[in-house]
Amino acid sequence: MKTAVKEIKKTPDVVIIQPSKGWVSLRLRDLWLYRELIYFLTWRDLKVRYKQSVLGVFWAVLKPFMNMVVFSIFFGSLAKMPSDGVPYPLFYFVGSLPWALFGDSLSVASRSLVSHGNMVSKIFFPRLIIPLSSVMASVVDFLISFVILGGLMIYYKYAPTIYALWLPLLMLLALITSLGVGFWTSALMVRYRDVGYILPFVTNLWMFITPVLYSASMIPEKWKVLYSLNPMTGVVEGFREALLGTPPALSPLLMGLSVLISLIMFVSGMFYFRRMEKQFADMI
Amino acid sequence: MSNIAVRVEDIGKQYNIFTENIKYQTLRDKIVETVKSPLKMLLNPTGSQKFWALRHVSFELEHGQVMGVIGKNGAGKSTLLKILSRVAEPTEGIAEIHGRVGSLLEVGTGFHPELTGRENIYLNGAILGMKRTEIDRKFDEIVAFSEIDKFLDTPVKRYSSGMYMRLAFAVSAHLEPEILVVDEVLAVGDAEFQRKCLGKMSDVASEGRTVMFVSHNMSAIQRLTQECIVLEKGQMIMRAPTAKAVDYYLTHDFESGGEHKYTKDEIPANARPFKPIAVRVKTAKGITTDNQISTEPITVEVEYSLDSNITGLRIGIYLMTSRGEFVFTSFDTDEPSKFEHYRVRKAGHYVSRCVIPADTLNEGRFVIGINASSYMVKRYFGDERALNFNVNSTGAPGMQWVEVRSGPMRPRLDWEIKEVRS
Repeated sequence: MKTAVKEIKKTPDVVIIQPSKGWVSLRLRDLWLYRELIYFLTWRDLKVRYKQSVLGVFWAVLKPFMNMVVFSIFFGSLAKMPSDGVPYPLFYFVGSLPWALFGDSLSVASRSLVSHGNMVSKIFFPRLIIPLSSVMASVVDFLISFVILGGLMIYYKYAPTIYALWLPLLMLLALITSLGVGFWTSALMVRYRDVGYILPFVTNLWMFITPVLYSASMIPEKWKVLYSLNPMTGVVEGFREALLGTPPALSPLLMGLSVLISLIMFVSGMFYFRRMEKQFADMI
Repeated sequence: MSNIAVRVEDIGKQYNIFTENIKYQTLRDKIVETVKSPLKMLLNPTGSQKFWALRHVSFELEHGQVMGVIGKNGAGKSTLLKILSRVAEPTEGIAEIHGRVGSLLEVGTGFHPELTGRENIYLNGAILGMKRTEIDRKFDEIVAFSEIDKFLDTPVKRYSSGMYMRLAFAVSAHLEPEILVVDEVLAVGDAEFQRKCLGKMSDVASEGRTVMFVSHNMSAIQRLTQECIVLEKGQMIMRAPTAKAVDYYLTHDFESGGEHKYTKDEIPANARPFKPIAVRVKTAKGITTDNQISTEPITVEVEYSLDSNITGLRIGIYLMTSRGEFVFTSFDTDEPSKFEHYRVRKAGHYVSRCVIPADTLNEGRFVIGINASSYMVKRYFGDERALNFNVNSTGAPGMQWVEVRSGPMRPRLDWEIKEVRS
C-alpha cells in the first residue's frame, strides 16, 4: 500500500476541471498523448469496413474504376469534354483521386461525432481525435487507388513528371481542407442533424466548381482569382500537372491563395470545434 | 504536497431541459423557436427551462479512500462522476484531480461487434487511455479474468451477453488508474459476474487506490466503502460513514404514511412503457399505514400501468433493513402458473399485491425496494427505497424478555421441548 502512495506522489500532474468560456486553447499536447488512439481507431475502421464483404479491399479499387468508366462514357465519349489533350479516362481519373479523398474524408468526418456518440458521452479523450482518425481510412483507400492509376498510365504510356514529388503535399492539402470543413460540420451536426442532409448536396456542387470532370483551362481568365478561392482547384490541377504534365492552370500566387484558404479553414475549424466541444457530451 | 486526490469546490452543472428531452434540434425547430421566442419571453420571463442537475457540491477525497455516492434516480450522481471523469464540463465551480482518472461509466464503450475479443481488448484499452505496451503487459491478465481464452479470435458479436460483459469489465478493471470512478456496473450481469466485479473492486481499493463508487446496491456500497456522500436533487446533503449514510438515505423523508405515490420527475424516460403509480403497505384490516404489527400479515402493493404489452414482465419487491441488508426478494410471477399466465402482460392498469405472513418480521424499520424487469432483457424501472415502514413487535414471540432480538426476522417457530432420558 505504501508503494502505491509513493507512486502517486511521483506523478504530480494535477488536472483542473472548471467551466471554460469562449474560445479555448487547442490542447495539442493532449492530442499527442493520445496519438495511439488515432492509430487504433483508424485500424478499426479499416478492419471493420471490409470484414463482411466478399471482395474486401478490392472495393477500394473497384469503386473509382467504375466511376471512371461511367464518366468516361458520358463526358469523354458522348459530351466530348476537352481534356488538355490527355485521354479522358486518364484525365478524369487523375483528377478524381484527390477529389475522392476530399469527398470521402469530408463525409466521414462530418458524421464522425454523431456516430461515435456513445463514446463521446461516456469517456474522456481529446474530441479532435474523432474527426482526425475518421479520415485516415480514406487515405488508405486513396493510396490503394494508385494501383489503378499505375495501370492506366502504363496503358496510355504516360510517365509522371518531376513535379510528382509534390504529390504528398497536395494530398496533405486535400486532407487539411476536408478536415477544416469537417471540424465545422461535425461540431455543427451534434446540434443540427440537418447538416447531414445538406452536406451531400453541397459536396456535389463543390465538385462542379472543382475541375474534376473538366479542365481548369476552360475557365475564363477574369474568373480565375475567384475560381482559385476553392482550395480543391489547386489540388486537382496540381495532380494533373504533376502526373500528366498538363500546363499549370493557376499561377503560383493563386496556388498560394488556395493553400492559405485551406489553412484558414483548418485552423478556424479546430478552434470552433474546441469551443463547441464542452456541449458535445450533453447534446449528442 | 498534501495527500488530496480529489478536491471538488462548489461544483454545479446546469442543463437545458429542452436539450435534455429532445437531445438535438433541427434548424427548422430553431427557426420556429426564434419566431416564437418573443412570446416565450413574455410567458416565461424567468427562463425556467434550465435546471441544475448538480449544485454547490464540495468535498475532498484523500488518496486511498473509497467513497460511495448514493442518491435517488436523478439526484445528480452520474452527473458528478461525468464531471470528474471530464466527460461533461461543469457550469460552475472547480475540481482538482491529482493523478490519472479511470472511469467505468459504462463498460464496453467503443467495443465493435465485428472485431474479435483480442482486437477489442486493444481498441477498448486505447480508448480508455492505455498505452499499447501497457495493454501488452496486462493482456494475459485481462484474458484470464474474463475467461474468454477460447473465444479470443471470435468476433464479439457472437459472444453471449455474459462473456461480453466480462470482457468489457476486465479491460476497464485493468486500467489501474490512481483514481477510479465507477458508475453502477453491477446493474448488469449474472450473480457470478457481480461477485467477480465486487472482488476486483475491493482488490483495487485495498491496493490503496482512490475509488468513487456509485451504486443502488446498498450491500455492495457497504462492502466496498467506508464513507459515503448522499445526493438529493443535485445537492450534497450528507457526508458520513457508510452505515450512517445508508441508514439516512434509506429512511429519511418518509412521512409517507405507508404510501409512496410516484410523481413525474421520479420516473425516468427510459422506464416506458412501464409507469409506476404507487407502492403501499397495508395492515390486515386494509389500512394504509407505515406502522405495521409483527404479529399480523402485512400487505405490500405495487400499482402501475403499462402503455403497451410487455413480454416476461415481473414486478419484484426487495425487503431490506434500514442498514441496507437484504431480507428477501420476491417476484409476482415466481409461481410457475403465474409465470405462464402472464407470459405477456397486456397494456393496462395493474396492482401486484403480496402478503408477508404474520410473525415474520422483527421489530424495526424496513425498506421496500421495487423493480420492474423482463429477465435478461430489460430493467424498466427500479427504486431501491420505494417505501419504508415500522414494525412493532407487540405480542411477538419472546416479548417476556425486553432485550433486543438480533436479526431482521422474528418467526413464531413451533418448538418442542422434550426431556431426553438415556
